[in-house]
Amino acid sequence: MPEITPFLKSLLSTSGLSAYETPAAQLIEAKWRPLVNEISLSRIGSLQALKSGTATAPRPSLMVCTHMDAIGLMVTTVTEGFLHVTQIGGVDPRILPGTPVTVHGTEELPGVVVIPPVRALPPNVGDGVVGLNDLLVDVGLTPQEVAAKVHTGDLVSFATEPGELAGEVISGHSLDNRAAVAVMTVALEELQKKTHAWDVWAVATAQEEVSLGGAFTSAFGLRPSLAITVDVTFAKGPGASDWQTFGLGKGPTLAMGPNMHPFLYNQLKDLAEKLEIPYQLEYAPRHSGTDGYATQIAAEGIPGMVIGIPLRYMHTPVEVVALKDIQRAGRLVAEFIAALEPDFVEKIVWED
Amino acid sequence: MPNLTEKQFKLLEKLSSACAVSGDEGEVRKIVIEEAKPYADDLKVDALGNVLVTKAGKGPNRVRVMLDAHMDEVGFMLVADDGDGLYRFELVGGIDVRQLPGKQVLVGKSRLPGVIGARPIHLTTAEDRQRKIPLDALRIDLGPAGKAKLGDRATFKPHFQRVGASLFAKAIDNRIGCAILLEMLKNAPENVDLCLSFSVQEEIGLRGAKVAAYHFDPQVAFAIDGTPANDLPVHDGAENTFYNTKLGAGPAIYTYDAGTLNDPRLIRFLTATAVSAKIPYQLRQPGGGATDAGAIHRQRAGIPTVSISVPHRYSHTAISLMRVDDWKQTQALLLAALKRMTPELLAEDRP
Repeated sequence: MPEITPFLKSLLSTSGLSAYETPAAQLIEAKWRPLVNEISLSRIGSLQALKSGTATAPRPSLMVCTHMDAIGLMVTTVTEGFLHVTQIGGVDPRILPGTPVTVHGTEELPGVVVIPPVRALPPNVGDGVVGLNDLLVDVGLTPQEVAAKVHTGDLVSFATEPGELAGEVISGHSLDNRAAVAVMTVALEELQKKTHAWDVWAVATAQEEVSLGGAFTSAFGLRPSLAITVDVTFAKGPGASDWQTFGLGKGPTLAMGPNMHPFLYNQLKDLAEKLEIPYQLEYAPRHSGTDGYATQIAAEGIPGMVIGIPLRYMHTPVEVVALKDIQRAGRLVAEFIAALEPDFVEKIVWED
Repeated sequence: MPNLTEKQFKLLEKLSSACAVSGDEGEVRKIVIEEAKPYADDLKVDALGNVLVTKAGKGPNRVRVMLDAHMDEVGFMLVADDGDGLYRFELVGGIDVRQLPGKQVLVGKSRLPGVIGARPIHLTTAEDRQRKIPLDALRIDLGPAGKAKLGDRATFKPHFQRVGASLFAKAIDNRIGCAILLEMLKNAPENVDLCLSFSVQEEIGLRGAKVAAYHFDPQVAFAIDGTPANDLPVHDGAENTFYNTKLGAGPAIYTYDAGTLNDPRLIRFLTATAVSAKIPYQLRQPGGGATDAGAIHRQRAGIPTVSISVPHRYSHTAISLMRVDDWKQTQALLLAALKRMTPELLAEDRP
């Protein structure tokens, strides 16, 4: 079992929905604190950790975004002891029935998402798809107990426990994007053994799943010279074999397209080649769908790059990631940081 | 009847967490044999895999009573190997395919962990999301190095959690019945000769109970099972008149389901027993579904039979929900009924 697994499993066993990232932030802070020089929360709740470089100040800085927020549900109303919910982030209601959840009321209550009996549903539903409007959460308590403990606006997080599958693969909810938090952790650990000229801002961003709010504001506040975003991407698997999908365990993806600076893309590709780290090329013709967009357009614009971790069943409670892809991406990020020369920014050119 | 003991909860957890899909009941069979043996006069496993246990009473005028609870649960069988640890599977028993995406499963005798995923929402259209994900689009994923045998059974991953007055668990249908039968064996009254059938293959056609009833040839039979509680709010606020049973309202005595018109003398006997022993009960609404009673009452020259079930929500899904008190009261009612059992009961006129 790779060294990072227990930490990653602890992250997959916690909630930390968008705008309510504290439970995840606390775990990450405890893990990162010994690895960095300073660490604090941004105004919007992103965890910002600085590992100082060795170049003469003022030093250039690289920000690495790994969003820590998770998708989930929120209580809209309580009816006869049952909870109606809406989504935080993109949730396909078809993966919800039978899913164990934690309702964050006046105390944490275990529950399950349920399909009401067919005759309790609007007549057009039948045995078809039951949308979020009609699914309910049952916490097994009496209507009186529920009314006292659960209120509109309370969070409902997935409670499926993380597990390991055969072949050094981990499964759980919120691997999007706690897998990338694990990547940055691996990178920070690697950097303990290396020197680097640049300052490194490891940022576990908030609210990526809803607004990219954490990345926009940390990019503005920290004003890094460069930004790398590590986020999950689609792995090939049952129901997903299109061009947007990549081999699970076949290496991190390096994304090219308008969100990414072509110079950085080529640098990372060359570095992966040199280090013999397997990688896959990902094409994002419009929007990478990551914090990479927010950092790109923050302030006067920041050159950036997006690294993807192939993940199966994205936004379900049983997402799947290969641990070696996490280790490879962590090493790649660390080596990239260690190789940054003090004047690297000046070398970034448009090769038109 | 005294309160449920920690030992009883532990046993139910063990039964619930066992994986025993219809036709492959070995894990539950093993637990049942281990628990029943010290109390049984005779115990055997028959040709289909039923565990048949007898316990004789003492004195005259004993009634030969069959108690049945099925051991099997709904689940899956692996039917095709797609490589890289991905397997196609078929359903065994009545499972709603809408309950499958996003679930953890255990596969085969070595209980290999697997997951059933779904295409990411990002790669679906609003139109896609209006259609159910069909079974043939789903796979059990054991991980790239995962290796199972075709024909292996799989179940939802066990889940057992006590919350307030309730219990969330896998396979309440019908490990609760197994637990209740074992409790009856351990507290067997002397006025009855108990014939217990821990039956196989109920979920795919009441097969085990049919041959068990033939073997025992009892004077009267009780099928102990779980039944759905559909007591959820109606979307437009109308009264729910189709609840089948309600959680917390006590044991559900059957009247009429798709398999059985339960013996009216036994229904009357049970309700009278409940009233005199001050045990709450409810009458399950007539409707669909069936229990082993459907096979038992037509066996041989006919066996007066009635079903009693523990109400539970979300049957045949990964996580069902019951009230602990309904379990306790079902045991209390069954034990009280056994104690009041006399041969005269069956001499009563039919209404």
